[in-house]
Amino acid sequence: MAAQDDSTYEAYYVPEQSKMALCATIGLVTALIGLATAFNDMTFGEGTENTHSWLIFNLGLAFFVGTLFVWFRTTIRENRAGMNSAQLKHSYAIGMQWFIFSEVMFFAVFFGALFYVRNLVGPWLAGEGAGEMNYLLWPDFSYSWPMMETPQDSVVGGAAAQPIANNGVYTGPERDMSFPGWSNIAHWLPLWNTVILLSSSFTVHIAHLGLKQNNRAKLNLWLGITVFLGILFVSLQILEYYEAYVEYGLKLTSGIYGTTFFMLTGFHGFHVCLGMFMLLIQWLRATTAGHFTADDHFGFEASSWYWHFVDVVWVGLFLFVYIL
Amino acid sequence: MAHGPAKGLSRWLLTTNHKDIGTLYLWFSFTMFLLGGFFAMIIRAELFQPGLQLVEPEFFNQMTTMHGLVMVFGAIMPSFVGLANWMIPMMIGAPDMALPRMNNWSFWILPPTFLMLASTLFMEGGAPNFGWTFYAPLSTTYAPSTVTYFIFGVHLMGLSSIMGSINIIATVVNMRAPGMTYMKMPMFVWTWLITAFLLVAVMPVLAGLVTMMLMDVHFGTSFFSAAGGGDPVLFQHIFWFFGHPEVYIIILPGFGVVSQIIPTFSRKPLFGYDSMVYATASIAFLSFIVWAHHMYTVGMPIAGELFFMYATMLIAVPTGVKVFNWITTMWRGSLTFETPMLFAIGFVFLFTIGGFTGVMLALAPADFQYHDSYFVVAHFHYVMVAGAVFSMTAAVYYWLPKWTGKMYNESMGKAQFWVSFVGFNLTFFPQHFVGLAGMPRRIPDYALQFTDFNMMSSIGAFIYGASQLFFLFNVIRTIIAGEPVNRDKVWEGAEGLEWTVSSPPPYHTFTTPPPVK
Ligand code: HEM
Ligand SMILES: [Cu+2]
Repeated sequence: MAAQDDSTYEAYYVPEQSKMALCATIGLVTALIGLATAFNDMTFGEGTENTHSWLIFNLGLAFFVGTLFVWFRTTIRENRAGMNSAQLKHSYAIGMQWFIFSEVMFFAVFFGALFYVRNLVGPWLAGEGAGEMNYLLWPDFSYSWPMMETPQDSVVGGAAAQPIANNGVYTGPERDMSFPGWSNIAHWLPLWNTVILLSSSFTVHIAHLGLKQNNRAKLNLWLGITVFLGILFVSLQILEYYEAYVEYGLKLTSGIYGTTFFMLTGFHGFHVCLGMFMLLIQWLRATTAGHFTADDHFGFEASSWYWHFVDVVWVGLFLFVYIL
Repeated sequence: MAHGPAKGLSRWLLTTNHKDIGTLYLWFSFTMFLLGGFFAMIIRAELFQPGLQLVEPEFFNQMTTMHGLVMVFGAIMPSFVGLANWMIPMMIGAPDMALPRMNNWSFWILPPTFLMLASTLFMEGGAPNFGWTFYAPLSTTYAPSTVTYFIFGVHLMGLSSIMGSINIIATVVNMRAPGMTYMKMPMFVWTWLITAFLLVAVMPVLAGLVTMMLMDVHFGTSFFSAAGGGDPVLFQHIFWFFGHPEVYIIILPGFGVVSQIIPTFSRKPLFGYDSMVYATASIAFLSFIVWAHHMYTVGMPIAGELFFMYATMLIAVPTGVKVFNWITTMWRGSLTFETPMLFAIGFVFLFTIGGFTGVMLALAPADFQYHDSYFVVAHFHYVMVAGAVFSMTAAVYYWLPKWTGKMYNESMGKAQFWVSFVGFNLTFFPQHFVGLAGMPRRIPDYALQFTDFNMMSSIGAFIYGASQLFFLFNVIRTIIAGEPVNRDKVWEGAEGLEWTVSSPPPYHTFTTPPPVK
């Protein structure tokens, strides 16, 4: 093929060989093997032999996180060295957008499970419609949401009378997490969390405006506030979990209400931590190293997209887990 | 960037080159194909006669499970990702994939993952034994402890697939040479773009599903336990919400391959290119709303049965559009029947049979009889083996001369086609009959009246298995001792940018974009 000269077309940067992918794989797979073994020791093990599973997990994880650190540092350096064409930057943006889409689908499953359980499974278990034969299994079960009494609770002698295989005792909670009435509204943590997270979407937007106006002080201040709000959110979430476990008797094992509550809010909380960590890195980059310019700040932009995404998920949670 | 490949092992371990990564994917998937095939041989050997001969029923279950998992996630999917890596940048005039380092990571996750999965065979409690569809509560309450490794294995495969697909999307959206508009893209690129979208949409669903299993097994949640207010049927809904798009993930790139090969050997452009694109998109869309056709017998409300029945039958329409377009492309073409073309025609013929049995299965009342019988096994092997694997084999014969610069031996290729074709049909055609007569799937023993057909199946399977070893031999022989082709356009009727570069192509193609007609 005759190489033709098209000077309007920038060369796409194809990086040299790299050890990072291999190291990331080694770290990640080691960590997961360790974790799987640790879980198995917990559930199936006799506790007699020492498999060093947690040690393996921690070593793998440390190596993985270290590799990711180097990886991101490399891409940042490449960009600052001017190796990235506009086209490559666009590739990164597309990559982040589709990554967020995949996260949307991940949450969609858990929301879908929640809707399915609330609208179909619950009534069926109580003997309605397609579930009329369930009357034979759980004659005393009646369905309401939040589910305070599990089908297993409804048998004579309670849940513990008919345990299922490994962990199968599902005892309903004493209290649920939904709206506690107007008189207690000030103590209702999810409401505060909603206020906090929604405002943090605004603060990160103000920081973005500051960056585009080349106003570094504004960027640093408002990005810092955003990170702080994120920390506040996670702290309140931890407080809420503590209350749930200790005061409300609401646990992962409390049947499907506890299951969906903790899995949805838990995965969301995990993603908040991730997003907050991303924003924190951007804040450190901006304040300590003076990174980002008004028209080149993908690291910041991607993190803020992610932050808006966890915010939107929270609105869904607040509606479908707490209010409705 | 104008330099060639690095020397030694580091070339393969550390590479960021799309061709090297494509090669890695292809060899890895073929290895998995042989491993999965070995499991299948054990299954067929046990089923050669009624009664228990070779293996324990418990081990038989592990074999069916591992066979399905390895074939779907280890052989078919990575093989098409390998093809995408090799061909997409060359077909759209890009210098490489959009995100080359991530590309390398997507690949290298796979070998240790499958090593982990295969090693469960030697662990206490044995490998996963709950079927490739791993329905709860078999995979939760009653699972062997190795289920935890299985779960994390699925997470890892999902990660690999999602990163691979994001890479493909970014490449196709962002790296096309100027002038290569969407509606000029080769069909293979189109089908992969849509496949990548499906993957990004449903792999997270699968990840969510195994996460729920993990929680149910180890942390006492009750997603799939009715006693806690959950529902094992919920598992099936989520699995098939992933699973049905997954079957199109498996077949769409094959559609793409066939849409490249048939025009070449008919010496005519693809008939109805636009309608092919729209049909592919409609199939992808419909694939999200038909999942419960795998669940007619779980006790769904009648409205659900009807909805899923009609929606499923609707998929036959765009699928039919494709089949007719392939046939019309051949109509009055100057046809020649080189090995890739034979496999492509074999694909059209046999895939259509699989499509027809699919429509039979889609009829809810009839499916009450067919469900979980060998008829279903026959159906999905017609679409997955004669569909995906035949098209993949066609692709290897078609592009091998481009990749290596050497020609395979035509009579050996043709021989392999005919042996595969006969072996395949001998294996799976009788399974329609035993299925309709009531032989259930996933059992190590069966009633005496099914003996003859099962013997035929087993003999066919050994023939088909042997033909794959022959294929391997043929490919290696080409690489070592094939005739050099010495021309860019290996096939007289071929069109497309990949035929404008030398055979084998330079290590880096299109560092500046080529002109697009
Ligand atoms: C016209 C198109 C198709 C229709 C109408 C169709 C319909 C169906 C139906 C109704 C079933 C469920 C049968 C049962 O379990 O009772 C089924 C099973 C299956 N189909 Fe298809 N199908 C089509 C194409 C495909 C394609 C293209 C593939 C993959 C390449 C595929 C792969 C499968 C698999 C793997 C199963 C069995 C899953 C299992 O239970 O293990 N199908 N199909
Ligand atoms: Cu399906």
